[in-house]
Amino acid sequence: MIQVIMEYRFMQYAIISAVLTSLVCGIIGVIIVEKRLVMMSGGIAHTTYGGVGLGYLLGFEPIIGAFFFAIVAALGIGFIKTKKTGFSDIVIGLFWSLGMSLGILFIGLMPGYPPTITTYLFGNILSVTTFDLILMIVLTVIVLLVILVFFQDWKAHLFDQEFTKILGKKTKLMETTLMILIALTIVVLIRVVGIVLVIALLTAPAATASIVTKKLNFRMLYSVIFSLFFTLTGLFISYSINVSSGAVIVFVSIVTFCIVFLINRYIIKRKQIKWAVK
Amino acid sequence: MTQKLIDIENVSVSYGQIRALTNLNLTIFENDYLGIIGPNGGGKSTLLKAILDLVPLNEGKMTYADTSLKKSNIKIGYVPQITEMNRMFPITVFEVVLSGKLPQKFQPFFRYDSQAIQDTLDTLDKVGIAKLADRQINELSGGEFQKMLIARALSLKPTILFLDEPTAMIDNASQKQVFRLLKKLSTEMTIVLVTHQITTILKQVNRLVYLDKNILADGDPLEVYNYMYRQPIVSSIMNRNTGFSEKEETL
Repeated sequence: MIQVIMEYRFMQYAIISAVLTSLVCGIIGVIIVEKRLVMMSGGIAHTTYGGVGLGYLLGFEPIIGAFFFAIVAALGIGFIKTKKTGFSDIVIGLFWSLGMSLGILFIGLMPGYPPTITTYLFGNILSVTTFDLILMIVLTVIVLLVILVFFQDWKAHLFDQEFTKILGKKTKLMETTLMILIALTIVVLIRVVGIVLVIALLTAPAATASIVTKKLNFRMLYSVIFSLFFTLTGLFISYSINVSSGAVIVFVSIVTFCIVFLINRYIIKRKQIKWAVK
Repeated sequence: MTQKLIDIENVSVSYGQIRALTNLNLTIFENDYLGIIGPNGGGKSTLLKAILDLVPLNEGKMTYADTSLKKSNIKIGYVPQITEMNRMFPITVFEVVLSGKLPQKFQPFFRYDSQAIQDTLDTLDKVGIAKLADRQINELSGGEFQKMLIARALSLKPTILFLDEPTAMIDNASQKQVFRLLKKLSTEMTIVLVTHQITTILKQVNRLVYLDKNILADGDPLEVYNYMYRQPIVSSIMNRNTGFSEKEETL
């Protein structure tokens, strides 16, 4: 295996993208799970399919199309959410299906059928290009810097937005920034697990970490470690048995989540109760 | 002479088609210990949120010590309704109260200084939850959570403290503790308290307001209470407003 990693460029790219994915997943995933933004993230992810289709149709990098569609969807859904009209659920659904339908339309309009389209839908960590990798590095650095540099502000804001507003913070700016960061995270993830499976990698590591630890910063750290484990294990399994990496990664993460959940529920908790009774 | 802290002139607030406040006028003076009572949906929480600039006004204006909220030297503390909070968020009591010390501007790599930490410990002590400092908030009872929110508001060193139903959903003993604490605080700062515990706050506040979309009574607590709840004519008017006339009831 190590020989393969040393020898092949695509394997090195795959490992670097696994690390990048884990970093953004760990941090933004915890926020998404805590703020209950899972469905919104799913909506943004599926909207990007329109961008991918447009990229194929007009002949530019599909991931750039995905990038712009993600930003527009995040800002659109975010704007409706702040209006508190109760329509955000519906808007998410509309964005979700509009993006998918646009993608199918754009691809239908072009002559022939692009063979690489499934790598956007279901992800293929082994087909990450140099361009993808550079984009992923830039986006990951942006996400990490914005969250870690202003960590205390984010912590207060995520717990209680009204309070940070009373403190005089620019909460609208923070909310918009958060939406954009989620969009960037999704773009980073698309090449690895694909549009359809993005939600799994955004939730499974954070949810697993939430069982293990209660502190926000540790939750982020553990979440990074878990997603690193998921993506690398998935990568090696998919390379060995030659199946879609996205599917394997998601499968591994959800199975791990279930195991950790069950261990916690039936072994550790039970021991604690017995101990408390004694 | 007591000074005007907040002047509310002709304020209306609507949520879509629903009117929460209509042409409301109210002045909050320094050292007021003001209780706000009224029916559900009467606009009590909306009034607090409008004062705190958390909901936009449809009409009218607010002046804070003759100027705007940002320009004035009024410092506002706010204790939200406990039901609006995310009680499962992974954060400790100490961290929540400490967040009151966050600077207004975004400071890269901000770390709380030792003064802020000491202040927070003092505030926790004052509210009587020093023991809970390292607890995760999802382990707190309703009363403890409420006290934590009060501590967080106090850590801003407010000149005026707004509380939205601080005793809702908590047991009698905790309610008494909260009211005792508020009584003590009322000697140090202006307090505006929204509550449904009318009989308890009668002994507490020095001014009472009855709010139902607009202010129906304002003044000495006992007089307001008698006026709103004892006078038969008023209660019959209220019945008519709520759609249950006396006639229908007897039928």
